[in-house]
Amino acid sequence: MEYILIIISAIFVNNIVLTKFLGICPFIGVSNRIHTAVGMTGAVTFVMVVATIVTYLLQHYVLEVFKITFMQTITFILVIASLVQLVEIILKKVSLALYQALGIFLPLITTNCAILGVAILSVQNNYNLLESVVFSVASALGFGLALVTFSGIRQHLELVEVPEQMKGVPIAFIVAGLLALAFMGFAGIV
Amino acid sequence: MKHWQNFTKGFFRENAVFVLFLGLCPTLGVTNSAINGMGMGLATTFVLVSSNIVVSLVKNLIPDKVRIPAFIVIIASFVTIVELVMQAYLPDLFDELGLFIPLIVVNCLILGRAEAYASRNRFVPAVVDGLGMGLGFTMALVLLGGVREILGSGSLFGIKFIEGDGILVFVLAPGAFLALGYMIVIINRINRKPA
Repeated sequence: MEYILIIISAIFVNNIVLTKFLGICPFIGVSNRIHTAVGMTGAVTFVMVVATIVTYLLQHYVLEVFKITFMQTITFILVIASLVQLVEIILKKVSLALYQALGIFLPLITTNCAILGVAILSVQNNYNLLESVVFSVASALGFGLALVTFSGIRQHLELVEVPEQMKGVPIAFIVAGLLALAFMGFAGIV
Repeated sequence: MKHWQNFTKGFFRENAVFVLFLGLCPTLGVTNSAINGMGMGLATTFVLVSSNIVVSLVKNLIPDKVRIPAFIVIIASFVTIVELVMQAYLPDLFDELGLFIPLIVVNCLILGRAEAYASRNRFVPAVVDGLGMGLGFTMALVLLGGVREILGSGSLFGIKFIEGDGILVFVLAPGAFLALGYMIVIINRINRKPA
């Protein structure tokens, strides 16, 4: 039951993009086509789950043991940056097809604040390991849901007459605002 | 004169938020009031100027291949300083900004300036660039925070001047996207006009 609450809350109620404003850069940047949005979601899910597990272990078995939790920010960002590199190298060896599908998105992920955000949030919420994993998977799915929905809308937007000054990014923000408004309807169900 | 132009470019021509679209997560996340926007902007400015200084000083010592991780470590150190200082002296603001303080590390504006400017320039221009870009970013956050605060709760910097509740949606999540969208429209309009 607890896990179901975490999942619903992370996907709908506290959607990581539309209510917590994490990962806005890829949300605006790579949402022009549905298939790139799906690729990005795959890469983010993968890195987010691995990063959450590794940072969880580091936080509880290194930082807290040696009482150096103030090093959290530095440690986590380094872990994420090296993890992205590692994932890239391993994927290239193990599954070339997956590497080619996710390849271009991987370097972008280091600066995706959703990854660091979810890692820090699961520490702040005092989740145990299993809860952290569930939380990171659900957050990644929430990211994917927002991204894919948004890219679907944006594909249609290309065919619409939009005033000159609103073309591109401004109209994307306004659409995102309306989407966030729709997600506010989920508030209160958990 | 050269320094002055270098300083002012961050405000209008290359404004991080309105023109370059960098650092959008904190921009949207913390601007539910003008004062939060200002706190976040100044914290980011401090990190930006400090990391620009260090990067411009050590740029010749860092091997080219590991420069990005090195920059990230420099930035993360300053973010930790901000985090600890703010927690000690401004606990209220620290609670308001919450998660977005450690997330200054992944603000693409800072890494972007370190990579594109500080690592190729000398000490003084790097400081001026950091100050200009940082204060331009602060200006954008205060503007957006101010607009949302006025529309959403009828006050500015915590001082209430319109009775009633205001348009609540502007202090909530969707209002951030809508307000920023329309502000970019207005900036585009101004920039397009022949001077």
